[in-house]
Order: sequence, then C-alpha cells, then structure tokens
Amino acid sequence: MTTPAISVRALTKRFGDITAVRGISFSVEEGRVSALLGGNGAGKTTTISMLLGLLTPSSGEVRIHGVDMVADRYRALPTMNFSSPYVDLPHRLSVRENLRVYADLYGVPQPRRRIDELAGALDLVELLGRRTGQLSAGQKTRVALAKALINRPRVLLLDEPTASLDPDSADWVRTYLEDYARAESATILLASHNMAEVERLCDRVLMMRAGAIVDRGSPNSLLARYGRSTLEDVFLDIARDRASSEGEAA
Amino acid sequence: MKAGAARRMLALVRRYMYLLRGSWPRILELAYWPTVQMVVWGFVTQFFVGHSTWVANAAGVLIGAVLLWDVLFRGQMGFSLCFLEEMWSRNLGHLFVSPLRPWELIGAAMIMSLLRTCIGLAPSWVLAWVLFEFSVLSYGPGVVAFFTCLTVMGWGIGMTVTAMVIRFGLGAESLAWVAIFAFAPISAVYYPVATLPGWLQPVAWATPSAYVFEGMRAVMVDGVFRADLLAGAVVVNVIYLVIGATVFAAAFASARSNGKLLQVGE
Repeated sequence: MTTPAISVRALTKRFGDITAVRGISFSVEEGRVSALLGGNGAGKTTTISMLLGLLTPSSGEVRIHGVDMVADRYRALPTMNFSSPYVDLPHRLSVRENLRVYADLYGVPQPRRRIDELAGALDLVELLGRRTGQLSAGQKTRVALAKALINRPRVLLLDEPTASLDPDSADWVRTYLEDYARAESATILLASHNMAEVERLCDRVLMMRAGAIVDRGSPNSLLARYGRSTLEDVFLDIARDRASSEGEAA
Repeated sequence: MKAGAARRMLALVRRYMYLLRGSWPRILELAYWPTVQMVVWGFVTQFFVGHSTWVANAAGVLIGAVLLWDVLFRGQMGFSLCFLEEMWSRNLGHLFVSPLRPWELIGAAMIMSLLRTCIGLAPSWVLAWVLFEFSVLSYGPGVVAFFTCLTVMGWGIGMTVTAMVIRFGLGAESLAWVAIFAFAPISAVYYPVATLPGWLQPVAWATPSAYVFEGMRAVMVDGVFRADLLAGAVVVNVIYLVIGATVFAAAFASARSNGKLLQVGE
C-alpha cells in the first residue's frame, strides 16, 4: 500500500470556545487533485493552514508524504507550496525580485531560468520588472501562482487559485494546473468557491460545513447522490443543510 | 551552519536589500537623524569646551556618546524593521510555509541590522571627523568591541519587541520606535552611573549599555581601556539574547497556535 501524499486523521482546531475544525479525516493519493468546498467559515483555510504547519492543530495528525507536519514540518516543506489571496507578496519588490527571493528560499537550481520559464508559462514576461503592488488583482493572482510553483512542488495547496481572474485567464490557469499536475505527478488540494473549476480539475471533493466534512466523493458521484445537475446545487443543498450528514450519506 | 540555512538567510538579506535599493527615502532616513544629532551635539561640545573644564579635557565624550547611542538605537530598529516589513506586507504566511526556520529569519534580521547601522551611521561618523575632527575609531579597537556590544544589545531588545508585535499585532508596532528610550536614563549615556540614585544604580548595571558608556568614558577621559567593563557588557548581553530568544520563541509558538501568522498585517 502506498503512502498517501496528504493524510489527515481526526484533525481538530479550537480557538478558545470556538471549534473551527472538528475531527476531520481524509487522505489524498499522490497525483490526485482534490477540493475542499464549503461556505465562508466552513474551516477550509484553517484546514489548509494546518496542512502547511502554519497553524498548530489542537489535536489530530497531518502527514505529508508520511512526514508528521507538527513534529517534523521542515522535512516536508521543501516539496510543498501554496498560494492564498489572504497572504501577499511584498508590494515594493518587483515581480522578478519576489520570485528570486522565493527561489533562493526553496533552493531552486538555476533560479533565473526557472523564473523565466514560469514567466513565459503564466504570461508574466512583461510584468517581471514591475512592482508587485502596481499589478492588477488578476496579475497578482498569476504572480502568486508563479511563486507557488517556483520549487516544482509535489504537494500544492491552493486557496481560491483563480480568484480575481477573468474567465479567459482563469481557464488558462486551470489548463496550466491540469498540465502541471499531470507532468509532475503533483498532488493538488484546492479550496474554491468556483464549482466549474472544481468539476473540471478535481477527482474528489470534500464538502465542509461548520468545521466538519459533511460529504465527499467524486463530482459525478455527488451529483448522482444529491440528484442534481451541477455541483453548485449540491453545494447549496449542503450549505443550507438540505443534505444528510456524511455518516447518513455513506 | 548548514549551507541551506546560510542560503535562506542570504535570500532574506537580498529581499531587504532590494527594498532599500528601491527606495532612496529609506536610505536617507537611515542617515538623516544620526547626522542631525551628531551636528547638534558637536556644536554643543564646542560651546562646552570653552565653558567646562571636564568637557575641555574630554572634548569627544558627548559626540562619542551620541554616536554610540545611535548604534544601539539603529541596531534595535534595524532588527525590528525586518519583521515589521514582513508584517506590513502580509508576507509572513509565505515565509513560514517555505523551508525558512524562525532562527534563520532572526539571523537575517541581525545581518540587516548591522548593515543598516553601518549605512546609517557612516555619514555621521565621516561628518564628525570633517566638522569636529572627531573619530570614535581613533580610540582604538576597544571602541569596536563596545560598538559590537551595543549592536548585540539592540538585537536582544529587538527580539523582545518583535515578540510583542507578533503577540499583540501591529497595534504594538510603536514599541519598535520607543522601547529603546526606556533604557536611555539608566544607560549612563551622558553621565556616569554614579550620578543615578543608589537604588537605581543596580538597575543601570543590568543593562549592557551602562558598561559600554562607562567604558567609553574610561577610554576618552582617562585613556584607559576597561576590560572588566567590556566583560560585564558581554555577560549581560548574553542574558539579554537568551531572554529575547525565549520570548520570541514563545510568541512564535503562540502565533502558530492562534493563527496570527496568517492574520497579522490585516
């Protein structure tokens, strides 16, 4: 049996009296693309933060390629990366400078070459010399994605990866992510509100509500289970509590 | 130190140098205040030389005090600013999901503190020589040791201040500018520790800066290098560094527990 790329067991996070994540368990096999879906406050960002070791769990376990992220996260971090609209890159540095700093932090060999490669792939060539703070929201999203791919991560965690992108750019980024996952056998876990994106990219969906996983499965199996034609309708059913809990569904 | 750790620290130094290089007001700000201070105290010294026997016998003691106090201030600010820059730019989340260890960020901040101090003080030291024919370095290598002690003290205080900002958020950032001034009255910058009330003198001897400024006066007034004062400064500095590192580690662990590494700056 192979070790899953991401393995989460009974993960819980409490902030005082508030329980943000309630004993969730899941795993993502290597090379698969999965999604965390849920409304605002469902616990997606908190879960991703714990997967990255940025947030200490109250209890439970997170393993990335078998490495315990609470006790030994520095063994796993060089093979991971993430992007999130809630974390910025320094605005006063140019795009090239920002990417160079992160290339050095991750020990990327031939950083100039890698930056030029990503700039070409993500249409950033014209932006490399511009200050990151001067970019539009869509351009910043593409730069954040370039930073997330700078070290060719085996595990990529993306929080709303196509937020602020126009439909054409978003489609282009999705295609890039699909190709990247296939070419690098990368494991991707994304949190998104864009159902079309999830249907297109993901093999598996984890539905979250109030800190718990309330359902899971492939997009097609969820559509069939809820008798709906779009994931958006499934999402609304779950968000409005029109679904049974995961235990009942299973 | 492993090569990876050195590479990551240099990556951060590169990041802060990009920032400095891209903003001439930041470079100007580094040099502006130390230079103005030095010029003012230089003229004050010139005035006192004609009116005070003590100052006439040790003409450089006030300028030396001003220049060395700025070493302490710049050392602490240079350290704290590295963290504040990351918080202002909401970049801590990216940094701490990279392989960067917290102590490597501290190491980079120490290097930048030294660089910022040198960049900021070089014009005032040159101007002190041009305008007043005063050079701190003419007092020998002991002054370099005292310079180092003040910089290290700045790091210790900088770590504690940074820990407070991590713990309490950017609402506490003004501490980075004002914390050091709490040490001014008891650091014996312009007067000997003996001037202080008896009950305050042990407090003064609990600061590395008091040993340094007493040592500076011993060199400038008596022409004697006091190794005992240097040793005292080193010992108290070690205590400051241990306290700073402990408080920082606790604040960082707390930030990881309550999610502030992602939230800070918002």
